[in-house]
Amino acid sequence: MRYIYYPGCSAGGTGKAYDESIVEVFKALNIEMEELKDWNCCGATAYMAVDEAKAFALAARNLAIAEDQYPADEEIHIVAPCSACYLGLLKAKHYTESDPKIGGKIKKALAAADLEYKGKCQVRNPLDVFAHDFGLDKLKAMTKKPLEGLKVASYYGCQIVRPYSEFEERATPVTMDNILKAMGATPVDWSCKTRCCGGMLTWSTGAGKELNYILLKEAEKAGADVIATACPLCNFNLECFQDKIKAKYGMKKEMPVAYYTQLMGLALGLDEKALGMGRLFVPPKIPVKV
Amino acid sequence: MQNAQERPVLDQAELDPEFPRRMTRKAWGENLRRCIQCGNCTGTCPLSEYMDLGPRKIISMVRSGNKTDVLKCDTIWLCASCYECTVECPKEIKITDVMYALKQQALDAGHTPRSMPLPVLDREFFNIVMKLGRSQETWLMALVILKTNWLRGLDLAPMGLKLFAQGRLSLLPDPIKVGTGKKGDLKTIMDACDRLDKEEEKEAGVSSH
Ligand code: SF4
Ligand code: SF4
Repeated sequence: MRYIYYPGCSAGGTGKAYDESIVEVFKALNIEMEELKDWNCCGATAYMAVDEAKAFALAARNLAIAEDQYPADEEIHIVAPCSACYLGLLKAKHYTESDPKIGGKIKKALAAADLEYKGKCQVRNPLDVFAHDFGLDKLKAMTKKPLEGLKVASYYGCQIVRPYSEFEERATPVTMDNILKAMGATPVDWSCKTRCCGGMLTWSTGAGKELNYILLKEAEKAGADVIATACPLCNFNLECFQDKIKAKYGMKKEMPVAYYTQLMGLALGLDEKALGMGRLFVPPKIPVKV
Repeated sequence: MQNAQERPVLDQAELDPEFPRRMTRKAWGENLRRCIQCGNCTGTCPLSEYMDLGPRKIISMVRSGNKTDVLKCDTIWLCASCYECTVECPKEIKITDVMYALKQQALDAGHTPRSMPLPVLDREFFNIVMKLGRSQETWLMALVILKTNWLRGLDLAPMGLKLFAQGRLSLLPDPIKVGTGKKGDLKTIMDACDRLDKEEEKEAGVSSH
C-alpha cells in the first residue's frame, strides 16, 4: 500500500500551514507519503458550477495519472487533506464507477489523452489515515507533549462527512475528537461540528459571515480554547474574517483557530515554525505544563 | 431585484417544458419528479433564510418549467455546496447537483445577479485552471475584485497584507504543462469533454423528436 499526497491548490497559498503540518506529522509518525506528480486542481465548487463533464474529468484525471504512475499491482491511497479536494475526487470516483452515463463520458475523455481509468485508487482523508490506519493507541504512545488542559472544539465542516464519506458518521463525527483526545486534549461537546462555514460565500456575503459568527459563538459557549479545523477554507473563513465578525456582532473575545494537524504536531513535540504556527491570524495559546 | 417568489406565473406560455426534461435527463436528475415538497431541504439548509426561494421552491419551479425565474434567482448563488439538503432528502434528490446545473445554465444565459461576485469568481477560476491546470488564489481574487467591485479590494487589503506577511499569498503560479498533446494532457481531456457534450446534445435532440 502506498500513500500519495494530493496537496490541492490552497496548499501553496492561504492553506500553507495545513500543508506544512500534515507533511511534518506524517514524517514524525514515519508514515511514508509522496506527492502526486503532475496533479491538477480538483475543480473545487467552482468548476461544477461552470461545466459538469469537465469538472468530473478534471478530478478524475488525478486518479487516472496516479494509476498510471505506479505499478498496476500496488494499492494506491490518495491522501486529500482539503475537504473540497476530498469531496471532488471522491465524487468523481463515485460517478465514474457507479454511473454508466457520466462514467462512460469521463472514461472516454480520459482515453482521449491515453489514460485508462481502472478505479484502483482509494481517496482518503488524513483523519481516516491517522485514526484508522495508524491507530489511536500508537498516536497516544508517540505523544511527547500531551495537549493537557486544552479544550478543543473539533470542526469537521461539510464536505468531509457529506455525502460520500465512508469513514465518518454524517451527523456525529468522532475521528478528530478521538485523535486529539488520544494526544491529551479535551474535546468539548458542541452542536456545530458539521455546520457550514459558508464556503466561498464568506468573503463575498454577509450571510456567510453570519454562519461563521454562529460557529465562533457556539465554540465559545462550549468553553473551547480553540477550534480545530480540517479544511483550508474553513480555517481561512474562521480566522481571517474574525476581526470583521467580532466588530459586526460585538464579540468580545477572540476564538483561536488552528488546523488539527498543527495541534497533533505540537503534541508530537515538533517545532512550531515547521508546523506553520506563525501563519495563523488567531493562534491558540497552548497551556504549558509546569 | 424583483422577488421571484412573489411573481405569479399565470400563463402556460411562460413555462418551458424542455427545461425540466433537460434536468431529468441528467444522470442524477431522474429522481426530480419524485419530490414530495416536504421541505426537508429548505429546513436543513443553513443558508435558506438568506435565500429568495430556497431549495424546495427551486425543485418545484424546475419541475413546472419556470426557467426564467429559477435562472434569475439569487438562491442558486447562495448555495454553498454543503450537501446538507442532499443527504436529508427522503427521495434521494441530489439537490446540490441541481443547484450546480442551474448555476451552469444561468452563467450560459448571462443571468447573474450583479450584487454577487460568485458567478464571476466561478468563471475566472474555471479559466485559470484551464490554462494552468491549477488555481492561483492571489490572481483569482485580484481578477474578481477588478471585474466586480474594486472597492471590495480596499476592504480586503489589510487582510491581504497580513496574509502576505505570513507568507500565505502565492504570487507565482505553480502550473503544470497544459496543451502538450501528450499522454495525460489536460487540454486533450477537456477538449474531449466538449466533443462528448456535443454528441450527447445531438443524440438527445434526435430522440426527443
Ligand atoms: S427534501 Fe427532497 S422531497 Fe423534500 S422538498 Fe426537498 S427535494 Fe423535495
Ligand atoms: S447544498 Fe446548497 S441548497 Fe443544499 S443545504 Fe447546502 S447550501 Fe443549502
